[in-house]
Amino acid sequence: MNTLIRNGQIVEDGWQWIDADEAHINARLEAGGRLLLPLAAWLTHRARLDTGCAGVWLGPDDELDAVLPWLADIPLIAIRFPVFTDGRGYSLARLLRNRHGYRGELRAVGDVLRDQLYFLWHCGFDAFLLRADQLPHEALAAFRDYSWEPVTAR
Amino acid sequence: MYLYNATDQRLVDDRVVQFRDQMARFLDGRLSEDDFRPLRLQNGLYVQRHAPMLRVAIPYGTLASHQLRMLADIARRYDRGYGHFTTRSNIQFNWVRMQDTPDILAELAAVQMHAIQTSGNCIRNITTDQYAGVAADELFDPRPYCEIVRQWSTLAPEFLFLPRKFKIAISGGAEDRAAVRFHDIGASARLAEDGRIGFEIFVGGGLGRTPMVGQTIKDFLPREELLNYFEAILRVYNRYGRRDNKYKARIKILVKDLSLEGFAKEVEDEWAWSRGGPATISAQTFRDMDVFFARADYAPADADDPGYRQALAGSRAFARWVERNVTPHRAIGYAIVTLSLKKTGAPPGDATAEQMDGVADLAERFSAGEIRVSHEQNLVLPHVARKDLPALWEGARALGLATPNIGLLTDLVCCPGGDFCSLANARSIPVAAAIQQRFDDLDYQFDLGPLELNMSGCVNACGHHHIGHIGILGVDKNNEECYQVTIGGREGTRAALGKVIGPSFAAGQIPDVIERLVEVYLAARHEGEIFIDAVERIGLAPFKARVYGGAA
Repeated sequence: MNTLIRNGQIVEDGWQWIDADEAHINARLEAGGRLLLPLAAWLTHRARLDTGCAGVWLGPDDELDAVLPWLADIPLIAIRFPVFTDGRGYSLARLLRNRHGYRGELRAVGDVLRDQLYFLWHCGFDAFLLRADQLPHEALAAFRDYSWEPVTAR
Repeated sequence: MYLYNATDQRLVDDRVVQFRDQMARFLDGRLSEDDFRPLRLQNGLYVQRHAPMLRVAIPYGTLASHQLRMLADIARRYDRGYGHFTTRSNIQFNWVRMQDTPDILAELAAVQMHAIQTSGNCIRNITTDQYAGVAADELFDPRPYCEIVRQWSTLAPEFLFLPRKFKIAISGGAEDRAAVRFHDIGASARLAEDGRIGFEIFVGGGLGRTPMVGQTIKDFLPREELLNYFEAILRVYNRYGRRDNKYKARIKILVKDLSLEGFAKEVEDEWAWSRGGPATISAQTFRDMDVFFARADYAPADADDPGYRQALAGSRAFARWVERNVTPHRAIGYAIVTLSLKKTGAPPGDATAEQMDGVADLAERFSAGEIRVSHEQNLVLPHVARKDLPALWEGARALGLATPNIGLLTDLVCCPGGDFCSLANARSIPVAAAIQQRFDDLDYQFDLGPLELNMSGCVNACGHHHIGHIGILGVDKNNEECYQVTIGGREGTRAALGKVIGPSFAAGQIPDVIERLVEVYLAARHEGEIFIDAVERIGLAPFKARVYGGAA
C-alpha cells in the first residue's frame, strides 16, 4: 500500500491504481476494492461500478467535459504529473475546484515533489502521492513553506 | 513608490528560508540537479559561462536610493564590483558564488527586493515605461496596475510551470515606451468615451527566435477586470501551449495555431466564468494603490529659472546634455533626467558599485530618492527640479554618467553576449565598443539624430535586435562569430520588425557596415527626417546596394 499525504496527515492509501494500458481490466474490476481508473476506462465501466469505489485519474491533456456531469458523486479525482515541470495539472485542479465546484478528494500523483506541495495545495489539491524517492514525513513541512497566501487563494 | 506591507515582507522572507533549505539540500546531494534547476531559476540563479549569475528583480524598473545602495553593496561584497542592468529593467550579477546566493537574497529581502521569477517558465518581472507617472504625454499612471499585477503574479501557484516564460508589459498610453506589442501580454492605457479607465490588451508579441508583433485581443478592458482577464489568458496558455518543443512553446505560437479569433474565443469562455468574481479589483484597492504613487509634494517651481537659462547659454556641453538626456515632465519647472550607461568603452548597461552609490546620492539630492531603470539599459531620475539641472549634470559628469547620447547611435542596447552568457553564439560587448569608438564624435552623432541600434549575441534576442532601427545579431557560422544586420525595426506605436539586409559579416567589418548604412541615410534624408523614417520611405534596396555593392 502506498503512503499518502491527505489533508496534512500521513495515511495509507486504500485505492488501487489502474494503468491506462491495463490488460486485464475486467479481472481487476471483478476483484473489487476501491479502484482509480483512467478516464477512458472510467467512462466505459462507471455504470457497473459502485460509485463510492470508483475514482478517476486524469492525464495533463485530458478534457474535463466528460466528468463534469458526475462531479457530485466522484469520491476521488487524481491528476497525474508526468514530470513536475508540466504545469497543466495546476489549471485542471483550479478548474475542478473553483469553476466546477468539485468537493471530493483531489490527488496529485506522479512526479510530485516536496518543493511543489505548497503551490499544488493552493490550487486545490488536498492529497499527494509523492514520487517514490520523496520522504512524506519530511515533506509535511512544505505546507508551512509560506505564511503568506497567494492573491487568488481558494 | 510602493512600500511592502506585512504580507509582501512575509513572502520574501519565507522565500529566503525556503531557498536556503533548497540550496542546502542541493549542496549535500538530497536534491538532484534536475529537481533543483527549475527551483534555482525561479530564484534568478543561472549557471553561466564562467560562474553562476544572479538576476535580481526590479519591478517595473523602480528603485529607491537605499535599494540601489544595497545593489552596490552586493556588487562589492559578493561580485566584482559591478552589475549589469538588463533590457527587462532587472540587474544581473555575473560573478556570484552559488552558496552565497541565499545570503544575498536575505540582504535583498531586507530592502524589499528579491529575485523571484526573474527566470524560469513563469510570469516574469512586470515592465513599464521608464517615465511612468511623470511623462507629460501619458493618459494615466500605469504603475498602480503594474503593482497589482506584480502582487497577483508573484508565486501565482497555478502559473509556476508554464510551457515557457511569460512577459507582461503595461504602459500609460499615448506613446509606447514599454514595447507592449513585443510582450506575451501587453496592456496600453485607454480611456473610454464615458471616462472609464481601462486598457487595450495585446497578446502574442515577442522577439526571440520567432519575432512577432502582438495583436489586439481586447480593444477596451475595464481596469477592474485586469486580473480575471489575464488569468483567463494564462489558463488557456497553460493548458494548450505546446510543451513538446521549447522553440514553439511561447504563447505567440499558440495564438498563431488557434488564430487570434480562436484563441480569443477560449479566453472569453474562461473570462465569462471569472468576470466579476473574487479576483475583480475593488475600487478601494485602486484608491489604496494610488496613494503610493501619487506625488503631490513637488515644491512649486517656476517654468523659467534664470540659473538654468544661464547655464544653457554658457555651456555647450550642458546644453547638449539637456537636449539629449532631459525629457519633459508633467509638472511645471520639473524634468526627467536620463543618466547614460553607454559611455564609450564601458559595456552597455554596466554600472560599478561606486556609480550606483553615486546615483543613489544624486537621486536623494535631486529626485526624491527615486531611480528608474529603462529597458534601453540606462538609469533615470524622474523628479528633478529644472533649477537643479546644472548641479545634477556636474554630479553625473563626475560619475561618468553624463554622456549626452540618449537616443543616439552610441546609446546602443546590448546583451552581455558570449563574454558571459552560455546561450550566446557570439560576443556582443567588443562589437558594441568598436561601434561606439567609431562614432564617438558628438557633432557627427548629433547631426545623425535619433538612431536606435540594438545588438543580441544570439537568437534569444535579449538585446532586442529586431526592434532596433539597426539591429545586429550574433550568429555562429562554422564555429566562427558572425553578425547579421537588420534595418527598419522600431518600437512604439508604429512597431515593426527589422529586415535582414543580406549575408552576415565578421566582427571587424561591423563599424564599416554601420557607417555605410548611415551614409545612405545622410544622402537621402529630407529635412528633419530621422533614420528609421528614411528607411521606411526609401526601402532596403539603396542600403543593400551601398553595403554589398553589386554582390548582394
